[in-house]
Amino acid sequence: MGSARPGNPTTSEGGAQATTADPRGSDGRRGGGERLAKGLAWFSIGLGVPQVLAPGRMNRLIGVDDSRQNRAVMRAMGVRELAGAPGILDRPRPSGFLFARVAGDALDLALLGAALRAKGSARARVAAAAAAVAGVTVLDVIASAKTSRSADPTTGERAVRAHGAITVNRPPDEVYRFWRDVENLPRFMAHLESVHGQEDLRSHWVARAPAGRTVEWDAEVVEDVPGELIAWRSLDGAEVPNSGTVRLAPAPRGGATEVRVDVEHQPPLGAVGAAAARLFGEDPVQQIKDDLRRFKQVIETGEVVRSDGSPDGTRTQRQLHQRHAQPLA
Amino acid sequence: MRANCWMGVHRVEVRDVPDPKILNDGDAIVRVTSTAICGSDLHLFDGYIPTMEKGDVLGHEFMGEVVEVGKGVTRVEVGDRVVVPFPIACGSCLACHRELYSLCENSNPNAGMAEKAWGSSAAGIFGYSHMAGGYAGGQAEYVRVPFADVGPIVIEDDSLSDEQVLFLSDIFPTGYMGAELCDIQPADTVAVWGAGPVGQFAAASAALLGAGQVVVIDRFPYRLRTAAEHAGAQTLNYEEVDVREALRELTAGRGPDACIDAVGMEAHHGSGPIHAYDKVKQGLRMETERPHALRQAITSCRNGGTVSIMGVYGGMVDKFPLGSLMNRSLTIKTGQCHVQRYMRPLLQRIQSGEIDPTFVITHRMPLSEAAQGYDIFRHKQDDCMKVVLNA
Repeated sequence: MGSARPGNPTTSEGGAQATTADPRGSDGRRGGGERLAKGLAWFSIGLGVPQVLAPGRMNRLIGVDDSRQNRAVMRAMGVRELAGAPGILDRPRPSGFLFARVAGDALDLALLGAALRAKGSARARVAAAAAAVAGVTVLDVIASAKTSRSADPTTGERAVRAHGAITVNRPPDEVYRFWRDVENLPRFMAHLESVHGQEDLRSHWVARAPAGRTVEWDAEVVEDVPGELIAWRSLDGAEVPNSGTVRLAPAPRGGATEVRVDVEHQPPLGAVGAAAARLFGEDPVQQIKDDLRRFKQVIETGEVVRSDGSPDGTRTQRQLHQRHAQPLA
Repeated sequence: MRANCWMGVHRVEVRDVPDPKILNDGDAIVRVTSTAICGSDLHLFDGYIPTMEKGDVLGHEFMGEVVEVGKGVTRVEVGDRVVVPFPIACGSCLACHRELYSLCENSNPNAGMAEKAWGSSAAGIFGYSHMAGGYAGGQAEYVRVPFADVGPIVIEDDSLSDEQVLFLSDIFPTGYMGAELCDIQPADTVAVWGAGPVGQFAAASAALLGAGQVVVIDRFPYRLRTAAEHAGAQTLNYEEVDVREALRELTAGRGPDACIDAVGMEAHHGSGPIHAYDKVKQGLRMETERPHALRQAITSCRNGGTVSIMGVYGGMVDKFPLGSLMNRSLTIKTGQCHVQRYMRPLLQRIQSGEIDPTFVITHRMPLSEAAQGYDIFRHKQDDCMKVVLNA
């Protein structure tokens, strides 16, 4: 998978992690957005504290009537400001919380618009407050766009990457042969319907897609080191361009193998498609974890292990929606 | 078929459910002849184990006759009389190769659930929540047994009754492992908290393994009497004596060399306020366990001694005496029993007459009366210690 950086060396058995790749591979690109986001979070705290503790004074400052009702609104807005700040400060990529800020700005502007028309308001002060909020809104929009965008600026594509690792009680040569025979892959990769080898390095893949659709593509092995590494990549023209690498190493205890897998795909519909897939439980981290668990079951026991509660075997979605532990009818 | 189903907290019901089918090539279907209610079933009954679903078939102690096998099964045949261990183990993974069968890496299809609670998953278990795999249990007329070549032990000796071998499925090996983990040296004093069936087998096993003195702690005189008769144990009723003081007296101030917790998450405490404190926290789900027995086992153990935990715990405890554990160089050993490891040697001990496990049985009833069995067992009515259900 030429363009992929090696997966982080997760060592725990069955560990997995995903990243949404920034094709330029630089975290620095997001640095400006993150600094702005952190600044906005501290600004929220600075604003929220007096809103909660001295709502009357704040009402007078922005020029609205200092009624009981307006104090309650001011205090509620202060709580909202304070509530969002830790989410931004706590996260490396706080785009969700920043979008919430933009929504909060819209609410502030709507309230100030109403205040402009209300009796008892000092119009000039309210207008000044509205202008200040509008300025902050612009910054919030910039920050949320900067922290959520990681698309390749030249192609607009956004890759989803996932990494997983598992230890299996079979020697590296056997594990290598199992993966190298691509027709084995659908036995444990739940979203694959079939993979057929064509020539030595080429194969045709059919995967299940949402809404009963299937997606097909041709792929080729691009690196092949017996007992150590296999890398594959879809050929040009694939509807969902994708690639993957499996790396093998002898485990410290004799006869077993550490298996580390990286996969990457360009989701259809870009970021929206990736978010939608996650909404339906197709989280790439879980998917690779589940796939590796089933891989371990198949290579160690010969089959995917089934129970009454999970008759299809390990699948995250099935774990969320268990049938009861009664024999199947 | 008829099966005993969990229908909610304090509700079990024998209902009609579909007959089990072969789902994997390594499966067998067993017609259950005898099954038992385990103390750990009461944790499910009382609602303290998460991820139960209404309708789940209960039961992890059972035996019977093989009536069907999957095409990959080679070591058991239709007609074999088998006892089935409660942890489901594949026999092929690293854990199984190390004989740590209750840590099988492949038998829990819902490992993701267990990882969320525990960090990593353990083996699947029959009839013991979806976190433990979502397997239908054996309090039923028939049960599907995965990895039939690995788990079930064939009982060829027809002179042994069901009741003599049934407890090889769980409580006898569990009690035995509890004692074995203590690395008992001749003349050691071993104290066992809980005189339920696992405590009885732990005490009896400690005696078999050469302990000089076995002390059993409980509050039910009938259970303490059984421990005195069958394990030759000294007994302490914690409602009558200060347990720690009594243990210090019995060991001239040292404390027991090894302490076994055979109680688990629903312990009772002699002091009303302390019991209420943990019960309220447990009821509010601020902790999942009431660890009275474990706390006392730790603080009672001699310096440098071993605490073996065989009672079942599910999640988090509060007020854990870690300082006592650390500063006094105690060793904790624990785990769900690796039953497959113990079945054959313990069957030999039964055959040779060293132990007759039937001494724990107090009640026998048909499967159809399972609900009543749970009720009697839970409330310890009628001097109940172990209920065997005949399917």
